[in-house]
Amino acid sequence: MAINFDDVKNIWVYAEQRHGKLMNVALELIGEGYRLSREMPEGTKVCGVLIGAEEDVKPLEAELFAYGADEVYTLASPLLKNYTTDGYTKVLFDAIEDIKPEIVIFGATHIGRDLAPRVAARLNTGLTADCTRLDIDMNNYINFLEAKTTCNTKGLTPDDPKKALLKQTRPAFGGNLMATIITPRTRPTMSTVRPGVMKKREKDESLTGTAIDVKVNLTEADIRTQVVEVVKAAKELVSLTDAEIICSGGRGLGGPEGFNLIREFAEKVGGVVGSSRAAVDAGWIDHSHQVGQTGTTVKPKIYFACGISGAIQHLAGMQTSDCIVAINKDPDAPIFEVADYGIVGDLYKVIPQIIAEWDNADALLAAAQK
Amino acid sequence: MAYKIIVCAKQVPDTNEIKTNPETGTLIRDGVPSILNNDDANALEEALKIKDAFPGTTITVITMGPPQATEMLQECLAMGADDAILLSDRALGGSDTWATSNAISAGIAKVGEYDIIFAGRQAIDGDTAQVGPQIAEKLGIPQVSYVKEFAIDGNEITVKRALEDGYELIKLQTPCLLTAIKELNTPRYMYIKGIYKAMKHDIKVWNAADIGVDLTTVGLKASPTNVFKSFTPKPKGAGQKVAGDTDKELAVNLLVGLKEKNII
Repeated sequence: MAINFDDVKNIWVYAEQRHGKLMNVALELIGEGYRLSREMPEGTKVCGVLIGAEEDVKPLEAELFAYGADEVYTLASPLLKNYTTDGYTKVLFDAIEDIKPEIVIFGATHIGRDLAPRVAARLNTGLTADCTRLDIDMNNYINFLEAKTTCNTKGLTPDDPKKALLKQTRPAFGGNLMATIITPRTRPTMSTVRPGVMKKREKDESLTGTAIDVKVNLTEADIRTQVVEVVKAAKELVSLTDAEIICSGGRGLGGPEGFNLIREFAEKVGGVVGSSRAAVDAGWIDHSHQVGQTGTTVKPKIYFACGISGAIQHLAGMQTSDCIVAINKDPDAPIFEVADYGIVGDLYKVIPQIIAEWDNADALLAAAQK
Repeated sequence: MAYKIIVCAKQVPDTNEIKTNPETGTLIRDGVPSILNNDDANALEEALKIKDAFPGTTITVITMGPPQATEMLQECLAMGADDAILLSDRALGGSDTWATSNAISAGIAKVGEYDIIFAGRQAIDGDTAQVGPQIAEKLGIPQVSYVKEFAIDGNEITVKRALEDGYELIKLQTPCLLTAIKELNTPRYMYIKGIYKAMKHDIKVWNAADIGVDLTTVGLKASPTNVFKSFTPKPKGAGQKVAGDTDKELAVNLLVGLKEKNII
C-alpha cells in the first residue's frame, strides 16, 4: 500500500491541457469534483492539477478557479511542453505520493487513458476506466439504481459501511451491462471519466482559490520517447459533445453519398453530423463522427437517428439525449425502443420533407391546434 | 535484423452478438461466439508484418484466461505466430487490470528477452485500455498507446499515435510496448498451412507457480478494484410512432410534436 488511508484528503482533477488550451472534459470534471467534494467530510476540496510548460499552464489557473476549483496545483517544466507518458507519469506520481489526494480523476481522452493506468500501476492502486457516473452519497446512488437500472437495491442502506467510498459506475460489454466499481483498500481511488457526461459549473470569473506551484523533479533522461511533432488533422471539425442537435446516419443510408443528405439536414437544423459504427466501418465517414461505445458519448437536445438500427453499442452513446427521433424503414429496429418519436419510412423521402418544413414549424403547430 | 516480438491477446465474447434478457436483466451469453479481440488482431498483424519484412523474427502470443482460450491461441498460430502461451490458474481468476498486468508481466519475464511487445488498445468486453500500459509499467519499459502507424529501423521505432483531433509523431527505442488501434492495419486471415501447423503445435500452459508471480498480487482478492454492484440499464420506454400517410404528413406531424413540447 503506497499511501496511508488516514492521511488522504481532497479530490484531484487532472486538468488536461493541450498547447495551452484546457480540454472541455477538465472543466466538466472540476464541476463533478466540486459536487462530490461537497458530499464528503467538511473541508474537502476539489483541486485542479495542471501539467505542462509554464507558459502554457500558468494562464489556465484562473480558468480552473472560475469553474469551481478550490485549489490548483501546477507542475511546470520545459520538459513537459509536450505530453509524454514517462514525463507526465513521473511528476504526477511524485505529487500524489507527496500530497496524498483521496481521489484522482482524469478525462478518458487518448492522453488520460495513457497516463492514468501508468500512474495507478506505479502507485499500486485501483483505476476504473471510462466512468459515466460517480457517487459518494449513498442516497443519491440508491435513487439512481432504482430510477435508471434493474438493480435490486435491497440491503443497500444509507448507513452502508461502504458509504464513504467513491462508487464508480461504468458500462461494460458494449453497454449491455453496467457495473459499479469500488476501490476499498488502497488510495487514492482513481478513475477516468468519459468526456461529455459530467456537467461544468457556470463560469464565475470572480471566483479565486489557492494556486500552488509544485516543485518538479525531472530530467531529460527520465523521458524515453521523443515527440517529433504534433499534427492537427485537417478534417471537418466535429464537436459532437457540444452539439445541441445531432443528425446521425447509419447503415440504412446505403452508401457514402447518403451523408450528403445528412449534412444538408444538419445544416438546416443547426446540428452536427454523427454516425453509427457501421457507417464508419464501411468507410463512409470518418471515425471522428462516430457516436457510441467506441466513439463519442453525446447528450444533445435532439438526436436524429437516420437509418440507424440501434445496436447496443450505439445506444450506449446516445440514449441519454433529451429527445431522440428515429427514422428507419424497419419497424422492428431496436432504435424505436428508445426513440421519443419514431418514423417508419424511407429516410430519403422523409428527411427532405423535414428540411422543407423545418422553418414553418410555428405555423404548422398553429394550424394543428386550430 | 530479426526481432523478438511478444503479442498480448485476449479471448472475448463477440459483444455485437450479446443481448440482454429484458425480463431478468442478465446477459444472454449462450451461443455467443468467442473471438480474438479486435484490437489484438491488429497487434498481431503488425508483428506479422515485421516478421514478413525481417526473416528470423519470432512472435510469441501470450494470453491469460480459462483453458478454452487455447482456441484463440490456435487462431493466432494459424495466422503465423511462432509460439503461444496461456496463463491459466484459478489463482489468477477475477483479476482486475492491475492484477492482470502483474500476471502477464511475470509471464513475459519468463519468456525472456524481447524487442517489442504489441497489445491491442483495449478489449471489447471491458473497454478499459489499462492492461497494456500497466504491463509496460510493471516491466519498466516505455509505451506508446493508440498506435496507428509503425516503422522500425534497427532499434529505433517511429510511430504515429492517434489523438482525437490529429496525431503525434513519436520516436523511441526498443524494448518498448505499443498498443494497436484498428487504423494500424488490416489483419490477415488464417492460412491452410498455418492451420495445420497450429493443430500440431503445443500451446504452453503456465500456472501461477510456473511464472513465479507473487500470489498476493494476483486474483480477485488482491485486486485493488472490486465490483460493488452490476446491473443492466432500464430500457428507456419507447415513445410514440409518428402518424402520417405520406412523407410530408410524417414530417409535419413530427415538427408539430417537437414544437408542441418546446423541443425546437
